[in-house]
Amino acid sequence: MPDFGETPWADARSLPESRICVLSTAGLHVRGDAPFVGYAADYRVIPGDADMDDLVMSHLSTNFDRTGFYQDVNVAFPIDRLRELAEEGVIGSVANHHFSFMGATQPARMEPVVKDMVGILKADGVDAVLLVPV
Amino acid sequence: MGGLAHYLEEEGIPTTQIALIRKHAEEIKPPRALAVPFELGRPLGAPNEPEFQRRVLRTCLELLARDSGPVLEDFLDNAPGADVDQDGWACPVNFAAPMDDISDQDLIRQSLEQEIALLRPWYEESKQTRKGRTNFGISGQTPEDIAAYLAEVVIAREDAKSPIAGTPPHLAFKHMADDIRYFYMEAAIARPDGQVTDLEIGNWLWGETTLGKVLVTIRDWAMETEEKGFKALAITAIVPTHQRHRTIHG
Repeated sequence: MPDFGETPWADARSLPESRICVLSTAGLHVRGDAPFVGYAADYRVIPGDADMDDLVMSHLSTNFDRTGFYQDVNVAFPIDRLRELAEEGVIGSVANHHFSFMGATQPARMEPVVKDMVGILKADGVDAVLLVPV
Repeated sequence: MGGLAHYLEEEGIPTTQIALIRKHAEEIKPPRALAVPFELGRPLGAPNEPEFQRRVLRTCLELLARDSGPVLEDFLDNAPGADVDQDGWACPVNFAAPMDDISDQDLIRQSLEQEIALLRPWYEESKQTRKGRTNFGISGQTPEDIAAYLAEVVIAREDAKSPIAGTPPHLAFKHMADDIRYFYMEAAIARPDGQVTDLEIGNWLWGETTLGKVLVTIRDWAMETEEKGFKALAITAIVPTHQRHRTIHG
């Protein structure tokens, strides 16, 4: 396990004011996007208004359940639940773009990519990121 | 997963996360994490359980309100259905016994095509039940194309030619193997009766189908080959851990 050192801390806005983005490591992408290959540190963008029935999973590992995801995207990518929470005012809003990595990649290889992503998050007005593993 | 939280948080973006493996979160110490007792692959607990999913999601998001960390909390409730005795599932199709002799490329292809033909109506049914949703379609190849390529890989091994332009053989194999497993599994869970687990589906796919035998045979070869691409896939990316007892190398 790599050593990530001291835990950094960024203060969050209150939840009802927060725009939330989902970052998954399930190797998710819209059908037709390039599948994940090898241990590359790249990510796919999942547009917030994409048809979630077109969401597929090309994660390298065979060692997790996929039957749940076949039946309901939300078990790994809770987009409908987030939209409901936004409608109810529990959270402020749902981001326009969400992201997926293929989580078997070495974290250090993802670092520069994640740091680049911050610009996109800020442009989208994202206040907090929900990280969801698989 | 926790590493990504460190990187984002260093850039001023607050994060919260679900942790499926508590030990990782204990070691990596992301700023805010909710450890959940669910199966890998199901971070929100269970499919088609919106109320339960909302509770997990809300509990995780509410960690954003903390004023210092690292925070590692536990979500204590098991996923709905996790305690149910799950022996209700049966594949809608009865296959002949899988091939014993995996040595003739044409026969392998034909056996796979027969399984595909038997499963196709259930695959279509499954897709329709899920309003057109399917995981199939990563490689862009048809099930029959995939059957032909898998049969070729079993026999020709490193000499098999990738049928996908610009994609090397091992990646073509990986994407096609994923696709065909999705096709089989989605067909197998077409009937909505009862819960089904990854293990039950796995026991069927890997133990009772020619596809399972073919993939195990490819894995056995991949463990010993010097061909770098397949070698890299061999240990974790062909056969799931709970089915490795069927392979030579375990």
